[in-house]
Amino acid sequence: MSTLVKTMALAFNHGRLTVICALLGVLVLTSVFAPWIAPYGEAQVFPEPFAPWSPEHWLGTDQIGRDILTRLLYGTRNSILIALLATVLAFVIGGIFGLIAAILGGVLDQLLARLTDVLMAIPSLIFALMLLSIFGSTIWNLIVVIAVLESTRVFRLARSVSYGVVVQDYVEVARLRGERLPWIMLREVAPNITAPMLSEFGLRFCFVFLTIAALSFLGVGVQPPTADLGSMVRENANLIQFARFDLRAGITPLVPAIVIALITVSVNALVDWFLLSDGDTPNG
Amino acid sequence: MIALSKIVAGRLLLGIVTLLITSMVIFGAMELLPGDFAQAVLGQSATEETVRAFRAELQLDQPVFVRYFDWLLNALQGDFGQSFSGRASSGYDRSRAVVDLVAPRMSNTILLAGLTAAISVPLALGLGFAAVLYRGTWFDRALNWTVLGAISFPEFLIAYALILLLASLFPVFPALANVSPDMAWDERLSRMALPAASLTIVIMAHMMRMTRAALNDLMARPYVETAKLKGLSRRRIVLVHVLPNAWAPIATVIAFNLAYLIVGVVVVEVVFAYPGIGQLMVDAVTSRDIPVVQTCALVFAGTYIVLNLLADVIAIMTNPRLLHPK
Repeated sequence: MSTLVKTMALAFNHGRLTVICALLGVLVLTSVFAPWIAPYGEAQVFPEPFAPWSPEHWLGTDQIGRDILTRLLYGTRNSILIALLATVLAFVIGGIFGLIAAILGGVLDQLLARLTDVLMAIPSLIFALMLLSIFGSTIWNLIVVIAVLESTRVFRLARSVSYGVVVQDYVEVARLRGERLPWIMLREVAPNITAPMLSEFGLRFCFVFLTIAALSFLGVGVQPPTADLGSMVRENANLIQFARFDLRAGITPLVPAIVIALITVSVNALVDWFLLSDGDTPNG
Repeated sequence: MIALSKIVAGRLLLGIVTLLITSMVIFGAMELLPGDFAQAVLGQSATEETVRAFRAELQLDQPVFVRYFDWLLNALQGDFGQSFSGRASSGYDRSRAVVDLVAPRMSNTILLAGLTAAISVPLALGLGFAAVLYRGTWFDRALNWTVLGAISFPEFLIAYALILLLASLFPVFPALANVSPDMAWDERLSRMALPAASLTIVIMAHMMRMTRAALNDLMARPYVETAKLKGLSRRRIVLVHVLPNAWAPIATVIAFNLAYLIVGVVVVEVVFAYPGIGQLMVDAVTSRDIPVVQTCALVFAGTYIVLNLLADVIAIMTNPRLLHPK
């Protein structure tokens, strides 16, 4: 009986993994090939604004007459790319400082830890709003601001998981052998903390993705005419009030929001699966 | 008891230091402004005298720490300076005090956040307990999936879905929450229904998930095993044996989520055009009205820090081990 249940649980997990991977695959492929798939140009304007769904414009057009399906494809591409860049940058900054803090220890370690404590005492959306008001909302400012704010959390994790590694004998041996800091960081410590860092990467990506979507939705993130999922929701929000007359028009502003949700849900689910298979406790 | 008050006092002191450093960070961020923003604020046609007067008002000739202490002392007395908007290049100053902009908005936000907290905290705790009591049943699983979905959705998806359902398709509540102080209470509440509902869904999902995790963590302890072996009912184990130990994690969960509410409130206020401090901050960021942004950031960060501090103090005070020091 229990073996049957286990087999079913495993099959279910496998099935779930297939669904997640298929979903993510479709999303990533459409975003990579957006310029070739999209029926029109990213900022191409048609004469009729707020056109209903039709064979020419599958999801209609937006407030100045741009094809929404095209904007959606480009928007997914831009949103994923920006969030990915910000997350990678956060991991580079946070990872480097985290490893250095753990390996060198002492005053530097304490100083960096207290600094991140202060930065983390302010909610990151509020901090990002403040910094963007100072530097202005360009895509590169957005990426750098989010990356620096998120790097505090990466730093925390990298530092705490490295603590367990730096006391190992092989690190001591490398030190006595006279290896320099970059070697110890990259060749001795980094390979041993990849598993927790990888799952953290998924979670951080989701968080960054949602933060950027929120900022763009608020109008201080990605600026027009660049298509972006968060700002698309804002631009088309007025259509909702016509839902009683044309339900499809009412749903249109929700479509980019649903794409955002699909991406975060599937990445989260992938991380969950990874953690479960890593922890050797299926279906916990 | 002495040991306990000592710990609490230490924690409070740490909180004050954090607040101070946060204020330094928020003030210091303004120093990152590029070169001459006086000209940028006033516009290209501003005369030499206007720009000079504006610079003098901002005391840009003073060293940074002098300006910081001035700013801090004034802020402590409730004076957050003058807004940047409303300044004309002619030198005619129509700008308003930041306090007058922030104060009425703040009471609106506190009302919305308070209403949300009053609904979501009892509901989330109740559902969290129910999930632990009926662990592994369909109820627990359904709840788990709903929550997992709700926390992965952006706040505005939930808000717009509610508008689509309850304001557009079935017009039960208004989609715009443009409340004003002279409005009747029932009218005001009906306009606040949808923003409060969206925030409740977001917060509740987080809170319930964390409550459930904290309780399940305690359920795995050896003393619970003992209670089980004694033959006690699951209800008695949860309510009598686990609950006293759960207050600390639950207080942390509540404070953490109320702090999360601060972030959610910004997005939800913009969706529903609710005249709160979150929307004010977003508008100020768009128009680069730095003093207003600073004040809003200070309010948000301060609330966040105080809430976390409160959670820590409650956790310390309700820890049965610290109440009876050996």
